[in-house]
Amino acid sequence: MSKPKAGFYWCASCGGCEESVVDLAEDILGVVEAIDFVFFPVAMDFKREDVEAMEDGEMTVCFINGAIRSSEQREMAELLRRKSQVLIAYGSCSYQGGIPGLANLCSREEIFKFVYHDSPSTDNPQGTRPQVRFDAPEGELELPSLDKEVKSLDQVVEVDYYIPGCAPPTALLKAAVEALLSGDMPPKGSVIAPDTALCDDCPRIDTKPAEPLITEFKRPWQIQIDHEKCLLAQGLLCLGPATRGGCDHACIDGNMPCSGCMGPVSRVRDQGAAIISALGSLLNHDDPDEIDKALDGIPDPAGTFYRYGIPHSTLYARCGITAGNGES
Amino acid sequence: MIMHRKSPEDQPRIGVYVCHCGVNIAAKVDVEHVRDFAASLPGVVVSRDYKFACSDPGQELIQKDIREHDLNRIVVASCSPQLHERTFRRTCADAGLSPFFFQMANIREHVSWVTVDPGAATTKARALVAAAVRRVARAEALALRQVPVRPEVLVVGGGIAGIHSALTLANAGKKVFLVEREPTIGGHMAQLDKTFPTMDCSACILTPKMSDVKNHPNITMWTYSEVDEVSGFTGNFKVKVRRKARYIKEELCVGCGDCVDACVMKKEKVQVPDEFNVGLSKRKAVYMPFPQATPACMVIDPKQCLQLMKGKCAQTCVDACERAAVDFDQTDEIVEIDVGAIVMATGFRPFDAKRIPEYGYGRFDHVYTTLEVERLVNASGPTGGEVVLRDGTVPKTVGVIHCVGSRDRRHNAYCSKVCCMAALKMAHLVKERTGAEVFDFYVDMRTPSKGYEEFYDQVLSEGVQFIRGRVAEVTDWAMTPEEEGKLVIRVEDTLIGVARRVPVDMVILAVGLEPQVDTAEMQRRFNISCSQEGFFLERHPKLAPVSTFTDGIFLAGACQGPKDIPEVVAQAGAAAAEALALVDRGHVDIEPNTAWIEEEACSGCKTCIPLCPFNAITRDEEKAIAVVNDAMCKGCGTCVAACPSGAAQQNMFTDEQIYEEIEGVLAYV
Repeated sequence: MSKPKAGFYWCASCGGCEESVVDLAEDILGVVEAIDFVFFPVAMDFKREDVEAMEDGEMTVCFINGAIRSSEQREMAELLRRKSQVLIAYGSCSYQGGIPGLANLCSREEIFKFVYHDSPSTDNPQGTRPQVRFDAPEGELELPSLDKEVKSLDQVVEVDYYIPGCAPPTALLKAAVEALLSGDMPPKGSVIAPDTALCDDCPRIDTKPAEPLITEFKRPWQIQIDHEKCLLAQGLLCLGPATRGGCDHACIDGNMPCSGCMGPVSRVRDQGAAIISALGSLLNHDDPDEIDKALDGIPDPAGTFYRYGIPHSTLYARCGITAGNGES
Repeated sequence: MIMHRKSPEDQPRIGVYVCHCGVNIAAKVDVEHVRDFAASLPGVVVSRDYKFACSDPGQELIQKDIREHDLNRIVVASCSPQLHERTFRRTCADAGLSPFFFQMANIREHVSWVTVDPGAATTKARALVAAAVRRVARAEALALRQVPVRPEVLVVGGGIAGIHSALTLANAGKKVFLVEREPTIGGHMAQLDKTFPTMDCSACILTPKMSDVKNHPNITMWTYSEVDEVSGFTGNFKVKVRRKARYIKEELCVGCGDCVDACVMKKEKVQVPDEFNVGLSKRKAVYMPFPQATPACMVIDPKQCLQLMKGKCAQTCVDACERAAVDFDQTDEIVEIDVGAIVMATGFRPFDAKRIPEYGYGRFDHVYTTLEVERLVNASGPTGGEVVLRDGTVPKTVGVIHCVGSRDRRHNAYCSKVCCMAALKMAHLVKERTGAEVFDFYVDMRTPSKGYEEFYDQVLSEGVQFIRGRVAEVTDWAMTPEEEGKLVIRVEDTLIGVARRVPVDMVILAVGLEPQVDTAEMQRRFNISCSQEGFFLERHPKLAPVSTFTDGIFLAGACQGPKDIPEVVAQAGAAAAEALALVDRGHVDIEPNTAWIEEEACSGCKTCIPLCPFNAITRDEEKAIAVVNDAMCKGCGTCVAACPSGAAQQNMFTDEQIYEEIEGVLAYV
């Protein structure tokens, strides 16, 4: 019997998700033994034509990481969807929009303006901007177009499973591959990770006082961080209470607060709203001025509470923030 | 055959009833259109409009449909749930359907009454009906919770309102805690000389009731005490009472007064103004407010007593007391009590006449307030009942000014209700005692109760001169020789249309009634509401006049608004009856809107624990999760909103139900 075929593709991403595959270390040998990689642009020389040549559903599974913002990414997502039986959104960007999703806080025009005109390192006296088509002497050239906004994978194609994380913990990847091989997959649409918040397995939970514990917010560089004490209790913005566990508290072990990359648990629709609500409740102030002062300690609320999930958030879905404003 | 209609697994079969409410709704909302729209919504089996859904035939129609169409969810689009939710829940229950499978859409108060454009009103009604339909489809079968009620009642305030409430409840066999902040019960009524219009001696009718309170086996009377903290809820309040140190052992003191005689503060200039006599006399550091004070027990003022302030005094009081009742080591004591109901009878404070400087109170010796004159005319008052001015003379002309601090936009826009009669009483008493010529300056004469108009007639016939007009000023600036040495009342006599100057020897200001200074703090402590002018707010001005928006807390007397004694006593009786109706029943039904924690979902992050105002959440250390004590949860939803894991959920308000409701509003607009 031939081995199941698998693909691994990247869209708007940093490459960290590929790294997480390499992080499997010697375990990767077992994976390669069990699975045939038929598309893996970072690691192997396959072309788009090779995928197009496949039968629909020929790949057993395809992992796509990165968010979707360009016409090319959309086309590839649609193509890979067609060719795969199981499509897995791999990593925070693919799952909820991730870091690239923060671009939705600005309009496409603002981004172009900054990148091609206003940024201090830009030298572009003619004001040249990338064009979708260009007539070169060698013939017409075509570039992918940039969409109005960043989307998560499931906002473009149907997704079967999600593996969260920035990058995803290798344990989750391993568990997913094992489940795939054994055919023992959870219900479609599941996030393949534990469904309780990080506090559940945080080694510091016992040092978290059960009282309104925050008087001011601090950033990691501002204090000498205690290695054993709950980070929230030290005034650091730890998103652990509102973030899915499964990461083996890697950041906490590194003495850094959780930044929320695993996304919310299944019962929470909007991770940012959940943590804002919880933190608001934990603020130990009654006086509005004191509260304002404490909140000044959060210089970038959107980037803090919605770092990995703007495109997928209820907030963004409802008000659309700025994306596409004034653009056709 | 009993039909099984309670299983939430059943596919929703929803009946929608759009009420016309006569023309209240139908004149603005296109009810037929809303009916047809509702019929198109998923799960809706029956959709009707009806003239009055709350009428008997309306309710029977719903019950008939439940039976014939096997409906398992009901939506009525009509008025506020405050009015008829109970009605329709009963309708459902009587037809064998869980009352919690009923949902109300308020298209009257929220739509027809407040929307101008009929098209917009209809759109809004559609949205609310859609929301109710989507929500009710997710409703769960719940049951009302029955919680036992404690039989004890707390009465806060020992004025005539509190006294009457406490006695009524105690006579019905209930244990009553009466808490009064002053060293004696009696309140303002104890300071009055006579009560209008019958001119009964105030003390003569009040003091027997005071001693009834003291001697009643069912009443625990705590004077010189204040409520520090209230928690819990209807039927089960926990109250912390601070019993302030009086430095006298209450159980030993008999009020003989030997300690007062012995107190070293013998010189009048070191003594302090006597509160009971509104500062018209002085008292020592150890004192009893007045001879009939109840309890008849001394109190030592820690802000005046040399021993308590400086730790240095001959302690002559200690030596004088044969019963060894003086105890300088006393400290405040906190007592915790459990009660089923609370009656607020915290009274009022008189308007501070200094706030109207043009009337000269505090500047001119001979300007008095009505309460001060009550003490002057009282036989046990500072002058033994003689109306003598601060310079020892007897006034020959007296001016009484109405509406001081009332019906005055600069201060209180409301009418204080009792001051016209109090002013008439003053006019009568002063005239009777001194034979002085009395001028009464009124804005409008308000004497609408039983016997009051007759009293006004009597005072008229006694020769008191009535001048209609709001007094502009009381001045000592004489413009004619006759005005020398007098106070001149400047007023526009609106009946003859001239500005007048009326020289008098004495001015009496009929001050209005205001909320107690600490009403706002009390409001927070007891979690009740205040009206705009600052008096405690009744639940409904007509139909629930002694109830508050907090179940189990009732209002008696002037803390709810200005009232005279007959009205206060009537209301105090009503409040006692309401409290009795609650505690005598033995239990209350409360909504099953409690919170619960989904065990597998809880990360044990402890966010919810400190937030619970009822201390209903604890941490199960073994499972490392939060647990809600159902009996203590009051359903406020704080933990649910705060839970960052969606593990805290609330019956009747699950995330799913709320999202369905929101989406129902948004999806069809």
